[in-house]
Amino acid sequence: MSDMNHTNDNSAEVTTPAGAGTDVVQSDKFTDPGVPAHRPRLTDVDPRSAKRNERIVTFLFALSCLGAIGTIVAYVAVPPEGSTGSVRLSTLLLGAGMAVSLLGIGIAGIHWAKALMVDTEMVQDRHPIRSSDEVRADAVRDLNEGLEDSGVVGRRGLLKGAALSALALFPLTIAVPLIGSVGGDWNISKFKHTIWKKGTRLALDPSGRPIKASDVNIGSAFHVVPETTEEFRQSHEWITEKSKAVVLMVRVRPEDLKSDQSPEGEQWSYDGIVAYSKICTHVGCPVALYEQQTHHLLCPCHQSTFDVADSAKVVFGPANRPLPQLPIAVDDEGYLVAQDDFAEPIGPSFWERLK
Amino acid sequence: MKALAARRHHRLAPVVLLLLALLVTGGVYAALAPEKAQAETVSTQDIETGKKLFQANCATCHGANAEGTAGVPSLIGVGPAAVDFQVSTGRMPMQMNGPQARVKPRQFDAEDTAALAAYISSLGPGPAIPTDEQVDATLGDAANGMALFRTNCAMCHNAVGAGGALSEGKFAPSLFGTSERNIYQAMLTGPQSMPVFNDANITPDEKRDIVAFLVEQREGSAGGFALGALGPVSEGVWAWIIGLGLLIGAAVWIGAKSS
Repeated sequence: MSDMNHTNDNSAEVTTPAGAGTDVVQSDKFTDPGVPAHRPRLTDVDPRSAKRNERIVTFLFALSCLGAIGTIVAYVAVPPEGSTGSVRLSTLLLGAGMAVSLLGIGIAGIHWAKALMVDTEMVQDRHPIRSSDEVRADAVRDLNEGLEDSGVVGRRGLLKGAALSALALFPLTIAVPLIGSVGGDWNISKFKHTIWKKGTRLALDPSGRPIKASDVNIGSAFHVVPETTEEFRQSHEWITEKSKAVVLMVRVRPEDLKSDQSPEGEQWSYDGIVAYSKICTHVGCPVALYEQQTHHLLCPCHQSTFDVADSAKVVFGPANRPLPQLPIAVDDEGYLVAQDDFAEPIGPSFWERLK
Repeated sequence: MKALAARRHHRLAPVVLLLLALLVTGGVYAALAPEKAQAETVSTQDIETGKKLFQANCATCHGANAEGTAGVPSLIGVGPAAVDFQVSTGRMPMQMNGPQARVKPRQFDAEDTAALAAYISSLGPGPAIPTDEQVDATLGDAANGMALFRTNCAMCHNAVGAGGALSEGKFAPSLFGTSERNIYQAMLTGPQSMPVFNDANITPDEKRDIVAFLVEQREGSAGGFALGALGPVSEGVWAWIIGLGLLIGAAVWIGAKSS
């Protein structure tokens, strides 16, 4: 590398520059085997075979033409008419036509190249990548002249400063909005709360009808959202709030409940009706595969299994915590209401979860 | 008309009018009134036949009076809908113990099934067999059915009802071949692992919407091969084994020398 006068040739012989500490001159361990002997193909020696392959290629191109025409015919003649079957037929014909058309071109091209085009090995030598010394010297001289001419070095300091400022400031117009919008909202506390609060009625998802305790019979599974105004349900925030607040409510025989009390000894269930957050404590999938007979609640993503008869404790799978329980009660009119928000943040862990 | 108009102040006119109004109301009611939801023609003979069938085929597990035994549910109060669902799909009588009762060729004809249902419902009231109108998919709103199915059913039965696995060998069956009546009955009664979706949770109209959605799925996918509609598993197998296999084959062919 240090030897600027080293000549670049294409000899197979590679030598290390002399004087680099070792004066041993090594020849390459491998000799260039050269190009293997050319073996003529059947199409090279047998004109009949060449003719046959020519016909094959022609046929493939013709097939491609037919495919393209067929696609257009199918587009005009078989439009999708609304029914599932007709959409499927239309898609199928368009896709098949395009596949025949494109595959025809591709296979014909490759077969043409392989069977008919010249296949004698040709060697194209690489030219040296390094420019000649004169060209390099000229380039350095031109650059220096340009630098001198523009006055960037030495003279015209103000101009230089202004140019550098402009160049340095412009990228900020892109960088500042870009960085500024990363994680635009650092309000972590909203992960810790849902819109459930004392007295919020439990309502059915998706209809929004409130639920009476007497309507929940043993073995039932209700997919529950907090009751809100119709206006809020139409608003943009609803989907965010709903995704945190969804609850699965089931009724088991009261005697099957291993514990009907919260860890603090409060009454969180109502006569065998229990309600748990539907967001898995593992990575936040909706846990909703409820097996009525075993009281097991499965998460479809990683098969975490929770026992709803036993405070939603994890009985299998990667989840680490029970599902948070929604404390419920019944109001004067017999509707199920929340006693409060969940006692702990719902869903998977995050750094600030217990701070 | 003139004669009629002249007598409109007759003291008997209100009486005549009242009678006419009653007649019209009665006639209209008779013409428009819905038929009784269930043409209950349960006779004591049906119940007797049902009892005999029950004792011969079901009592071993469910107990002589359908009171249930250890690990086997009592059938008192399950209603005719549950009996019709279990027996008409061949799930009951169960052939052998297992994680769950499987569908198999039905063992009782419609008449015997009805007799069994009559016997069970004589033990205690329960959900009735839905009427033909209640399960008529053409009367349902498939779009609303989809919203309900997505919330309540899709997690186990798959987004289009292709079924899916549960724990320990249990599974949610595919619904493509399940009759409309049986779909409705399953929601109503919650067979085996399935939770109950009573009429307060999913109203009869909403149940019919779900049936309509499921019937619509039987036409298949509009986008070509559904590959069983099982999602990433079957699609992945196809892409990795068949798709990549074809690509490797093509690469080998392109790279090979022509002979």
